[in-house]
Amino acid sequence: MSLEEYKGVAIFAQQVDNKLSSIAFELIGKAHELAADLGTDVTAVVLGKGIANLADELGEYGADKVVVIDDPALETYRTEPYAQALTAYINEYKPEIMLVGATAIGRDLGPTVSARVQTGLTADCTSLEIGDFPLQAREGQEQKHNQLLMTRPAFGGNTIATIACPDNRPQMATVRPGVMQKLDKVAGRKAEVINFNPEIKENNRFVEILNIVKNVATTVDIMDAKILVSGGRGVGSAENFKLLDDLAEVLGATVSCSRAVVDSGWKPKDLQVGQTGKTVRPNVYFAIGISGAIQHTAGMEESDIIIAINKDETAPIFDVADYGIVGDLNKIVPALTEALKAELANK
Amino acid sequence: MNIVVCIKQVPDTKGGVKFNPDGTLDRASMLAIMNPDDKAGLEAALRLKDETGAKVTVVTMGLPKADDMLREALAMGADEAVLITDRRLGGADTWATSSTIAAGLKKLDYDLIITGRQAIDGDTAQVGPQIAEHLGLPVISYAEAIKVEGNSVIVQRQYEDRYHEIKAQMPCLITALAELNEPRYMTPGGIFDAFDKEVTVWGRDDLTDLDDANIGLAGSPTKIAKASDKVRKGAGEKVALDPKESVEYIVSKLKEKHVI
Repeated sequence: MSLEEYKGVAIFAQQVDNKLSSIAFELIGKAHELAADLGTDVTAVVLGKGIANLADELGEYGADKVVVIDDPALETYRTEPYAQALTAYINEYKPEIMLVGATAIGRDLGPTVSARVQTGLTADCTSLEIGDFPLQAREGQEQKHNQLLMTRPAFGGNTIATIACPDNRPQMATVRPGVMQKLDKVAGRKAEVINFNPEIKENNRFVEILNIVKNVATTVDIMDAKILVSGGRGVGSAENFKLLDDLAEVLGATVSCSRAVVDSGWKPKDLQVGQTGKTVRPNVYFAIGISGAIQHTAGMEESDIIIAINKDETAPIFDVADYGIVGDLNKIVPALTEALKAELANK
Repeated sequence: MNIVVCIKQVPDTKGGVKFNPDGTLDRASMLAIMNPDDKAGLEAALRLKDETGAKVTVVTMGLPKADDMLREALAMGADEAVLITDRRLGGADTWATSSTIAAGLKKLDYDLIITGRQAIDGDTAQVGPQIAEHLGLPVISYAEAIKVEGNSVIVQRQYEDRYHEIKAQMPCLITALAELNEPRYMTPGGIFDAFDKEVTVWGRDDLTDLDDANIGLAGSPTKIAKASDKVRKGAGEKVALDPKESVEYIVSKLKEKHVI
């Protein structure tokens, strides 16, 4: 392949039930920075059935171009028709960078498409920038400029690696949701809209969806919360989360939890913070009765302010907390709720 | 029915992560275990074997010491084990790994291939779908329940806020979540037998349907620019006060930071 033929930064604009996922806007935000460094533009690629109306929203969030692939086979996510469509887009439009969300859809679509177009894929990135590869010039090796440098945690969050894809195009990454910043929505901002027909063909790899079962809806997505009141095993029981609910109510906060709480059946999985849950970075994160295993802290340590309450003074959560309180959550949390009620009533 | 389960030996990053005094990872102290998602995949295969009499073959690519893990799989009830090992295959990214494993799988009979969703060292979740791509098979990722009906599999496929019940024709590839089941223990008889069994070992030259351009470090499109152990954010203040003072402390900090 001629690498120079590949131009522009593209993002897969994930939609579910014909509603764009937050990650689509986050990817546009990051793509803008990368495109500015490269002197190019940002294309959002949206796949589905009856989704032409989504192009406007992608434009308002900063996409310069929107490629719409509207096909009945794309109504609900299935690997093969989506992979055919995104592969056809890449082969036709040749973006130098293709970003996909590291969601349950993107982590299936990304590897399938990257293998199909025979390029590399870096998983679950938390930082992306344009730079040189190798980072420092080395004798006997060409240093390539304007490369996508993709940084990701590995080893259960214990190591950080920066990865490049110098000899194949597009450079592909899946990007962890909740990490990149969206741009502010500009009402009336228009993208150039391109309708593209990839001619999807049914084959042995098509699967049949027999049934779709949605989880009982949680009203607020913990990734959007400004303040999270998060509980761990130390809370002790599903009933005792009442203490956290009360605190959250006073602060206008949302309740989240650690994996142990989900495993115990006290809270649903969509409230779980951490490596196998969601990555959050609220303004304030209360870690209450959470010991702070690295799998948990990997999902919350970017929070602006972390306040930990734990009776075990050696709990690793205190290593990442800005303010750590060693004490009994059963005494402190209700008293804190009352104190905050009084404070806020005086305002 | 022939089921092939791809498994990986990984450092136990969940259980025993220890740090050296300088804050770097103490790799030497970490145990090597069968990757949890893969072990759930193996258990799912063994349950299908219990129900239908399927033959279960485990395949791994790794260092010669992965023989330990293969014997654990045999002791759990797998029928055959294959170790793909060769220095020339080292340093592979997910493209090169999946190309290599796919070339090995082409030498085996399979109706169903099960891999773990992701390994706890790399956490990429890419190798399973990429093997399916190299073999031209349907793939169903993130399986939280698997059943076989005639020539089809019916899989509960997990998403963030829902699941899809999906039917695929075999042959196909499924990636398993650790939540799928509780893997069985090795049996004493199984352990005894496992050490009498032959583990098939394949080197690079045994994999004929594989281009040198797609293996090892050189055949990996992604290259590591740098890697380092994570420097954790420094601890802030830690106080041990009575409950009333604790509350005053938190309220004062929330005020100081203009949260309230």
